[in-house]
Amino acid sequence: MGSNMAECHPVGFQWVMEAKQRGARVIHVDPRFTRTSAHADQYVRIRAGTDIAFLGGVINHILGNDLDFREYVQAYTNAAFLVREEFADTEDLDGLFSGYEPGRARYDSSSWGYEGAGHHPTRPMESGMGGPPIDMPARIAEDPTLQHPRCVFQILKRHFSRYTPEMVERICGVPQDRFLEVCRAWTANSGRDRTAALVYSVGWTQHTVGAQNIRAGAIVQLLLGNVGRPGGGVYALRGHANIQGSTDIPTLFDLLPGYLPMPDADRHPDLAAYLDAMRARGQKGYWQGADAYLISLLKEWFGDAATPENDFGYGWLPRINGDHGTYRTTMDMIDGRVFGYLVMGQNPAVGSANGRLQRLGLANLDWLVVRDLTMLETATFWKDAPEIETGEIVPEQCRTEVFFLPAASHVEKAGTFTQTQRMLQWREKAVDPVGDQRSDAWFFHQLHCRIRDRLTDSTDPRDEPLQRLAWDYRLEGSGAHEEPDPDDVLRHINGLDLTTGRTVDGAAQLRADGTTACGCWQYCGVYAHEQNQAAHRKPHDEQGPYDPAWGWTWPGNRRVLYNRASADPDGRPWSERKKLLWWDPAAGRWTGYDVPDFPATTPPGHVPPEGARGPEALRGDDPFIMQGDGKGWLFAPQGLCDGPLPTHYEPHESPMRNPLYGQQSNPTRRVYPRPENPYNPSPPEAHGEVFPFVLTAARLTEHHTAGAMSRQLPHLSELQPELFVEVSPELARMRGLTHLGVAHVVTSRSAVEARVYVTDRMAPLRLDGRVVHQVWLPYHWGPTGLVTGDVVNDLLGVVADPNVLIQESKVATCDIRRGPRPHGAQPTGRLDSLRARAGGPAVAGTTSGTAVPREMP
Amino acid sequence: MTKPTGRLHRWLDSWPVYRQLTGPDRTGRGAAAQSPRSRQLHARTSAAEPPARSVCPYCAVGCAQLVYTKDGRVTQIEGDPASPISRGRLCPKGSASLQLVTGPQREQRVRYRAPYATEWSDLPLDTAMDMIADRMLDARRRGWQDTDADGSVLRRTMGIAGLGGATTDNEENYLFKKLWTAMGAVQIENQARI
Amino acid sequence: MTSDAVTRELAEPPDALARANGYDEPPPRVGFFTDTSVCIGCKACEVACKEWNDVPDDGLDLLGMSFDNTGMLGANSWRHVAFVEQRRPAGQQGDGWALLDEMTAEVEPRLRAAPRGGSELGTTPLPTAPGGAVQDLGMPTFTRPGDGTGAETRTDFRWLMESDVCKHCTHAGCLDVCPTGALFRTEFGTVVVQQDICNGCGYCVSGCPYGVIDRSPLDGRAHKCTLCYDRLHDGLTPACAKACPTESIQFGDLDELRERADRRLADLHQQGVEEAQLYGRDPGDGVGGHGSLFLLLDDPEVYGMPPAPVVPTRYAPQIWRRVGAAAGAFALAAIGAFVSAAVGNRP
Repeated sequence: MGSNMAECHPVGFQWVMEAKQRGARVIHVDPRFTRTSAHADQYVRIRAGTDIAFLGGVINHILGNDLDFREYVQAYTNAAFLVREEFADTEDLDGLFSGYEPGRARYDSSSWGYEGAGHHPTRPMESGMGGPPIDMPARIAEDPTLQHPRCVFQILKRHFSRYTPEMVERICGVPQDRFLEVCRAWTANSGRDRTAALVYSVGWTQHTVGAQNIRAGAIVQLLLGNVGRPGGGVYALRGHANIQGSTDIPTLFDLLPGYLPMPDADRHPDLAAYLDAMRARGQKGYWQGADAYLISLLKEWFGDAATPENDFGYGWLPRINGDHGTYRTTMDMIDGRVFGYLVMGQNPAVGSANGRLQRLGLANLDWLVVRDLTMLETATFWKDAPEIETGEIVPEQCRTEVFFLPAASHVEKAGTFTQTQRMLQWREKAVDPVGDQRSDAWFFHQLHCRIRDRLTDSTDPRDEPLQRLAWDYRLEGSGAHEEPDPDDVLRHINGLDLTTGRTVDGAAQLRADGTTACGCWQYCGVYAHEQNQAAHRKPHDEQGPYDPAWGWTWPGNRRVLYNRASADPDGRPWSERKKLLWWDPAAGRWTGYDVPDFPATTPPGHVPPEGARGPEALRGDDPFIMQGDGKGWLFAPQGLCDGPLPTHYEPHESPMRNPLYGQQSNPTRRVYPRPENPYNPSPPEAHGEVFPFVLTAARLTEHHTAGAMSRQLPHLSELQPELFVEVSPELARMRGLTHLGVAHVVTSRSAVEARVYVTDRMAPLRLDGRVVHQVWLPYHWGPTGLVTGDVVNDLLGVVADPNVLIQESKVATCDIRRGPRPHGAQPTGRLDSLRARAGGPAVAGTTSGTAVPREMP
Repeated sequence: MTKPTGRLHRWLDSWPVYRQLTGPDRTGRGAAAQSPRSRQLHARTSAAEPPARSVCPYCAVGCAQLVYTKDGRVTQIEGDPASPISRGRLCPKGSASLQLVTGPQREQRVRYRAPYATEWSDLPLDTAMDMIADRMLDARRRGWQDTDADGSVLRRTMGIAGLGGATTDNEENYLFKKLWTAMGAVQIENQARI
Repeated sequence: MTSDAVTRELAEPPDALARANGYDEPPPRVGFFTDTSVCIGCKACEVACKEWNDVPDDGLDLLGMSFDNTGMLGANSWRHVAFVEQRRPAGQQGDGWALLDEMTAEVEPRLRAAPRGGSELGTTPLPTAPGGAVQDLGMPTFTRPGDGTGAETRTDFRWLMESDVCKHCTHAGCLDVCPTGALFRTEFGTVVVQQDICNGCGYCVSGCPYGVIDRSPLDGRAHKCTLCYDRLHDGLTPACAKACPTESIQFGDLDELRERADRRLADLHQQGVEEAQLYGRDPGDGVGGHGSLFLLLDDPEVYGMPPAPVVPTRYAPQIWRRVGAAAGAFALAAIGAFVSAAVGNRP
């Protein structure tokens, strides 16, 4: 679901095809019949943006028919834990959980906690990946029989009780028999002997309920015992060569390396406060080591200047206080608050939602640095943006100074990428780059040298961290080519024992006293024993099924996360067929085909002593070692800002009223109302009929994301040479569209012109007594390259998931009309009239609480 | 027919009709028609230096690539059969890596667009780097915030922003984040937010 | 050599093909087995082929034939992935095919007008058998996909994908008619154009019953799949087969591939995929069987391939006999051109 694996990850799909040939059943749920659907045993067409309704239906089917893997659920999930009395569900509050603050469009989450456990409020972007800690009593109140009305299991049951097959049909447009076929296949292929894997991609994340989409999938997999076991799991297929790595070692505003949070201005004034917010009384698991992780990071960054006396330089870190995400920053560019922008290997002028917003931001900078392999729209906006035609950008009046620096390619530098299953693989350098082409390591090194030189004599305390920055990596090349040796940088990311100068072998060796330095605790071990483990290349036919000697997978080179759950509570494999890890009583340790993802010598029946913390506090049956309670979370007592359970909300722009609740859309979704970012109206607002169709966009196999790595290549461009829009024959007839004719898709943001593909791969949905049409476009084109076309992302507005600030670009509403779009200065005029019909510019749909609940109890 | 020897033989043998009449290929469609060039054809990778072991730069599956070079130039990129992830296979984009790396679309020189200019101009790389460093420090200073309205410490700059990282190596992202944070810059984002 | 000897050699299905073509101790005949049932239509084969063989792009035209913008095999496309959308109903959809005639009307002229390397030079309609109906074999069908094939009664929508390639026929029409010896049978049993010999006459183009070989508008010479002849010399797998993510394209010894194809067909039949069929498997067919076999999920014409192709030179021997030309070295050398002329003259 939410993934088009055959098209977007074709080589990974070989394993699905192989599993299918061995008898696995493949189900594809997607708004559009894709090359993945073509090879599925069952294809289920769904309305874009209704995945939680579908998965909620599956959960209801499981719980209503007692089909959960009860032994697994009882032992390994938080099903038995009791939730506070104050908690009220969406069933009680017509689509809201307890604690909603209407004026601020956010929740006070204090009522969602476990009974008796302390609670830290959940606020977005403040807690890294660990989420706020759980302040735990010796034992959380629980009912092992799962009967207590306030136990998680019963709450879950009530929450999803109205997600019936009828409701799934009404919301998703999936016929009941087809839906039940999926339920039967999923449950029949789960349990002791069988497992089912769930695959998603940005089809799940790019929604105002993105994080909750994934939560819903995880709940199904936990209920069916499909986590931590071979053939199970929830797979996020990621889209760029190192997008996993750039999340682990984050070039992201809210994180420090290893998913530690960026310091928050209010909550983390000093090191002690930061660490207290990370760890809590009685908390289990490996986040308890956050002090060692952070202090080792500060030691790597500031070297000898990081001392216990100065909080290891913690005070030098900048603080965040809210949303500094890419869209917020772009709007600040338009407002003149950002002066300079560095863009590397990314093409926001085409690839980000609301392209016009992006380009207007670029046009209002003092300077812009673009580093890439080829010329691309983000660097050339001042001469070929669509806004030049409309007169919104005039080259002679655009002051942005642009530096385009040619980059070295992946074969012209060594280094690691972290692929989608967390594996780091070292790339050898094949050739030198030519001309001015340089690696990004060169760029940052040279920039650092220049900045350091300019600040040598500064006495400004602001410059202290730059003056004290440890930057003594081994260098290679000379003169104009001098750059840090990536091998040495990786060694420092792995971490060093400063007392011996040798590498540490794992995160357990990191210390909070300043005697270790480590760039990313999670990558500890990638350079264990002074060896670049990511460079291991033992051929797969010379090793076992988990291939431990090829690359290196975080954490600790284990290939299946939470693999303690592959054995039953007593430490025996659930079945011979699904054997992965087991307790060897004779040896007194966990053993098996993978590296144990659990304290290796903690026996299955272990009960930790009173007052234990961290890994020592894990019971023998707590497989979820990063959770404060050691359990898989069916119910998330904290960590999410839009509720402890996934709930079906309509997309921000939808042709439909939410049939389940008075609350139409995610009440905490992040909206950005401003003239450049108008929204289409949705029910219950008036004028929804102006944009009657569901719009969704995605990729093609033949191109790569925003196109800079494919539109310039003849061998790829010829395979998909032009932007097209897919419509069903029914919609084509309705709008008078002809195959290969020209049409334009319109939203309140923009109009995009494309050739029409009339295809049965698109089909209208019948739901809730009406017909809903969906329209699909690939988004790879822009004004630059061998093949050019309109920017599809111009159609989308910016509205985001409140947890992670990812934009809802997988669903919006639109209209489609035959013929070319208006050209010249006209589009804005014509769009203005459309916007007027839709209820005026910018205001429509811009409030979070788009619906007053029908009855507030 | 008795076969002549020596130079005459070689001369005659270069004539396909002679080969057809004297050899076993009487229809002249096989061995007799094979040109010397065809006979000596070899894969260009066989003469290359040992390939560099690399990873595909497109999506995140992480398919292993072998990069063949000759005289400092990349001559071929194909899958590495040893990989447990990809088993030597590549998708169309991965298969186009050679064109990605060696094609004429690659920019080789710094391009500079002065404010209000309507065309690119040239700029030495070293000059560009000096200009960028100056501008970074200036924008950093202008966007500096010591505290928020409540007096909480911010010690950051909002004057500069960075975007990108999902196509960049871990080691490079590490240096990016480290330098950016030391500069007090918090606006740093990449494709993972998209 | 008498005309009878020539006749015999042309008519015989040569099992030891390379040996018959004058190679001492040749390696086993190799080929492709393209199993379309696992093709995901990614087109890696097209790109890998072009990157290895330095084949230029084939025009940046949107053809509107599902996801196929290559259109057909040609001088600059040695692999071609065909996409066939077959009628459903999937889900609750109504009859959407009313627009299909309109779609066809849109697609066909564009496809015909697409700049194709020299196909206008040779791909005239070929008879499939003496006196048989003229059939356009150079392009995929323009009728409703699946029409008349039983697809109308299907209950599921299907999207078929198939990577087409030169068939490396046992009786290769292109090779038979080549007057210069540019086309030849390699020691691996494959059929290759030698670029250092080809003079661009284009006879081979009309000699191919599949519309595979084609003249390049860039250099005028004939080009097609070589089954990576250079790679074969070094024991390497052809580029397309190596890249193929799902092993839809398999490379190997032809005998082994035939067995593999038979096994796969049996498996699919057992799984209830009754429409699965092999194409080019039968050494007794009109071209003596393919070097590149296919497993199809529908009839060949659905994928734009001729149902029962016959090498045009199959009837050359009779003609030869009727003409009664004297045997001689020069006649032998010119045999290809001669046969081609004979074919061209037939009514």
